[in-house]
Amino acid sequence: MADTTSQAREPRAQLRPVRFRGGGFRTAPRRFVGLFVFAVLILLWEAGSRTGLISALVLPAPSQALDAFMDLALSGNLQKHVSASLQRLVFGFSLGFTAGLVVGAAIGLNSYTRAGLSPLVAAIFPIPKIALLPLFIIWFGIGEGSKVATIFFGCFFPTVIATYGGIDNVDRALIRMGQSFNMPRWDIIRKIILPAALPAILSGMRISASIAIILLVAAEMIGAEFGIGAYVLLAGNLMATDQLIAGVAMLSILGLIVNWLIGTAEKRLLNWRD
Amino acid sequence: MDLAVEGLSHRYGDLDVLRDIDLTIHEGEIVCVIGPSGCGKSTLLRLLGGLEQPSDGRVMQVGGQPVGSLNSLTYVFQDFALLPWRTVEGNVSLALEHHGLGADEIEARVADVLARTRLSDFRQAVPKQLSGGMKQRVAIARALAVNPAVLLMDEPLSALDSQTSELLMYDLIDLWQRERFTSCYITHNLAEAVRLGHKVVVLSRRPGVIREIVEIDMELAERVVSDLRLGQIQKDLWQMVREEAQTADMELADS
Repeated sequence: MADTTSQAREPRAQLRPVRFRGGGFRTAPRRFVGLFVFAVLILLWEAGSRTGLISALVLPAPSQALDAFMDLALSGNLQKHVSASLQRLVFGFSLGFTAGLVVGAAIGLNSYTRAGLSPLVAAIFPIPKIALLPLFIIWFGIGEGSKVATIFFGCFFPTVIATYGGIDNVDRALIRMGQSFNMPRWDIIRKIILPAALPAILSGMRISASIAIILLVAAEMIGAEFGIGAYVLLAGNLMATDQLIAGVAMLSILGLIVNWLIGTAEKRLLNWRD
Repeated sequence: MDLAVEGLSHRYGDLDVLRDIDLTIHEGEIVCVIGPSGCGKSTLLRLLGGLEQPSDGRVMQVGGQPVGSLNSLTYVFQDFALLPWRTVEGNVSLALEHHGLGADEIEARVADVLARTRLSDFRQAVPKQLSGGMKQRVAIARALAVNPAVLLMDEPLSALDSQTSELLMYDLIDLWQRERFTSCYITHNLAEAVRLGHKVVVLSRRPGVIREIVEIDMELAERVVSDLRLGQIQKDLWQMVREEAQTADMELADS
């Protein structure tokens, strides 16, 4: 005790600045770092292939994959593959998302549909839709029907769950406010509940879009003439690993584009969030 | 329009929340309701405006509505309840859009009410840009836009810091001077109650019954913080609430 008081009386004897110890856990955006890592990896990969460190059989060089891609583009088949895939993706995704939104809203807003449908959704959601592909082929035919249906069901369930989860989490105070102003039920749903659930719905959309791309390739591996999945499958069967890498890179870019689109939508529609 | 509460009781399951409340809120007066936390103040307010159904008793509207009233019993909430994706004017017009008014009439009402609450410069702002006090002003503007008969205010100043709430209290007093609105005002702040209330209703701890109704016949404009009479009334109220608050504070939530 005596010590501390004597220290307090002589502030000038020991003059130390307070050390900053609050930092270190908040990440800040660092532009171009991601791009840099990507470029370095590709360069290392290319260098490894050229020096023979990576055998061409194990992994073709990026330049070889690019050559394969250019061949595909020059042959005119690129457009056919991409447009076939995009068509299935857009159809399956938009139908599945829309239906999921409607059913999710019904589960979120009505006690009977919730009691009736949510156990069903919980039971079917975890089934890998690829396992049902043979059934879909029998039901919807070997053509476009089964492929679109696979994507449809893959997108439908995550959207249902995201939508009614989002509706469940809407601030009750806002709903009560709407009721206190005598807003009709439909107005409360349209002007309060759905906008408030939008963040959850959009993050569900992110998930179902990724699932759609995964299922697209799986579906195209069965009986499709054109499509990025068919191209990748053929390349694999021929051990044409350069084409395989080119196809996989296309899928990755497709995923990036979809992600960017949804990110832009989020920024625009949800700029009211803190 | 008066609001008459007759023999109102409310239970949540086995839990008695309010018991035998009889109360009349006369046109043009502000009735403040105070009481320890958990005494059912907010429940009483929800019952008054029909957001909850009483287990017993009834709430009656006595007399005609004011001209042009779209929603006679209108709330101002503690947490503002503004839609964060709508601008200030969007939040105000939300209360008007479903009444089949023309765009001109909505615009006129919004402009009028924003001018009355001195928010005209902030029409296009969104809630995240506004301070707590401004948010509550927007909520009050929204409530005034429907020309209510009775304003039901649920601790409207509790979410604000003390300086902002002081400012907003002056605004409310000013507003009452101009418009003589009728209001039931729930608060746990005794100073607010004696500054704003023509009547102060003291509720006991749960189950809430009316312990006393204190009338303060003094012009709102004359009630300054340093007034001795007000100080005395506030002291008396504190004496009444103190014991209840102490006991309520010691209670376990599930007993």
